[in-house]
Amino acid sequence: MSTTTQTSPLPDDAPPGFAGSIVEWISDFGDVIVGYVAALGDFAMFVSSTSSWTFTRLPKRETLMPNFYQIGVLSLPVIALTGTFIGMVLAVQSYAQFRALHIETRLGGVINMSLVRELGPVLAATMLAGRVGGSMAAELGTMRVTEQIDALSSMGANPIHYLVVPRFLGCLVLIPTLTIMADFMGVVGGWFYSVLLLDIDSHHYWQHSQEMVGAFDVFSGIFKSLFFGAAIALISCHRGFHCAPGAEGVGRAATSAFVHSFVMILAIDLLLGIFLDSLYLVIWPEGASYL
Amino acid sequence: MVDAVRNPTDESDILVNIENVSVRFGKNWVLRNINLKIPRGQTLVLLGESGCGKTVLMKTIIGLVRPTEGRILYDGRDLATLPDREITALRTRFGFVFQQAALFDSMTIEQNVAFPLRQHTNKGRAELKRIVLQRLAEVGLPDNVGLKKPAELSGGMRKRVGLARALAMSPEIMLYDEPTTGLDPIMSDVINELILSVRRQNPVTSIVVTHDMHSARKVADRVVMLYPQGRLKKGESQILYDGPPGGLERAADKRVGQFVRGEAGERLMEMRERGLLSD
Repeated sequence: MSTTTQTSPLPDDAPPGFAGSIVEWISDFGDVIVGYVAALGDFAMFVSSTSSWTFTRLPKRETLMPNFYQIGVLSLPVIALTGTFIGMVLAVQSYAQFRALHIETRLGGVINMSLVRELGPVLAATMLAGRVGGSMAAELGTMRVTEQIDALSSMGANPIHYLVVPRFLGCLVLIPTLTIMADFMGVVGGWFYSVLLLDIDSHHYWQHSQEMVGAFDVFSGIFKSLFFGAAIALISCHRGFHCAPGAEGVGRAATSAFVHSFVMILAIDLLLGIFLDSLYLVIWPEGASYL
Repeated sequence: MVDAVRNPTDESDILVNIENVSVRFGKNWVLRNINLKIPRGQTLVLLGESGCGKTVLMKTIIGLVRPTEGRILYDGRDLATLPDREITALRTRFGFVFQQAALFDSMTIEQNVAFPLRQHTNKGRAELKRIVLQRLAEVGLPDNVGLKKPAELSGGMRKRVGLARALAMSPEIMLYDEPTTGLDPIMSDVINELILSVRRQNPVTSIVVTHDMHSARKVADRVVMLYPQGRLKKGESQILYDGPPGGLERAADKRVGQFVRGEAGERLMEMRERGLLSD
């Protein structure tokens, strides 16, 4: 298909010299702003179309299952491993300070609280963005470049329904499970390092964990993960759908899928962190906050 | 053959009516004020150099590209105004053979050919298999190809699978995007014969985009030659030629003859003048 490159709209009769360069700068700046607004509008349309298909017609089982396997089952080992190491690293990093204050048995509370509220969900999402997001963008990008997405449309299949909705549902439904796995393995890793290698008393380790970590903390981590999963799927699929031609375009789509997903995960984490903190205080105004 | 080039007076005979269609990407116009009426049963070849908008026009006909201006009527109905469900139904009446076949990499050949049938019909496994094998046989491919993946096939075989997939729903209109590009002369001729055989076996209207003159002469009832927008003089029509393949050599516009004979003299001179080519 013929493609065209955008050229500067600067007219040939633009004023010369300094005035000309100012006009050119304003024109380029305008182009950039228009480009961002158009990209944002396009993404909003993409999200709206995906939501509409998700809630009106589910894809067939044979389309859903391979995506669920790819997103959920194949991501489990790497997410479990990440969780384990993060639990152990938290123990390593915190031990010296806690020991200096003679409160090392409280390590359990701090490690487990950090894991279920922040590190478990964020790291599970980051690993998912790297492993699955990049791959989704590259796969859909290749399909775009090789006209497979056009082929789908030409055969009366909606590409959003056929390609995006299964991936979106896979990320949305499975990321809580992956987060629980990251949390669990992190808790095990932290306990293993603290109790078995740093010789902290196991009973008090768990007792402090129980005192400090509540059901709301676990819920907030899992709740946030739903938004992370949705963001990863939508951003990665959108990048793939708008992939530039050639191998370079596919590579860029995969990279930008990860980078944009990661930035979005952090932004959502901050916003939901503030929201959930406020919600906690509304529900339990007398209760202490998380620490 | 020439009979098919007639300008039909009966509007009901027109299957695709392209009315004043223009397409713009960014700030560049690719198509400008294209008017074409394609009667039922005709094989129309869209000819022109790379970048002149042939593929864009074909993708606009099937609704993959939205016209910036103008409209395309398919059997009297404007694609742009139809709801999604009707567009989907309408697209089952099209068969599109893509330039690089556009087979789904993750599926076997059988699954590729069966894809449109699975999407739009409730046929059982055995019935699907029967249709798939029949379509593969029609394009000269043996049964054992069905279990292979597209990456395991040669370019010519992939094109034939693409053709089998496009034929799966017994379409009313076939669109071929550069069907012989990248193939050896023998395989190109096989594809040309298949295009003719599809037409003999089914009452289809065909639009073939190509710059292969041999292919154009062999399959066309009517040839339309497009010229790149950027090279046209002000007010000139983008359609340089619209008529039977036999008239190409005698066309009034000398650019048609130059294209047909592959004469790049003027273009080379122009490139030298612009410093794009050394002497």
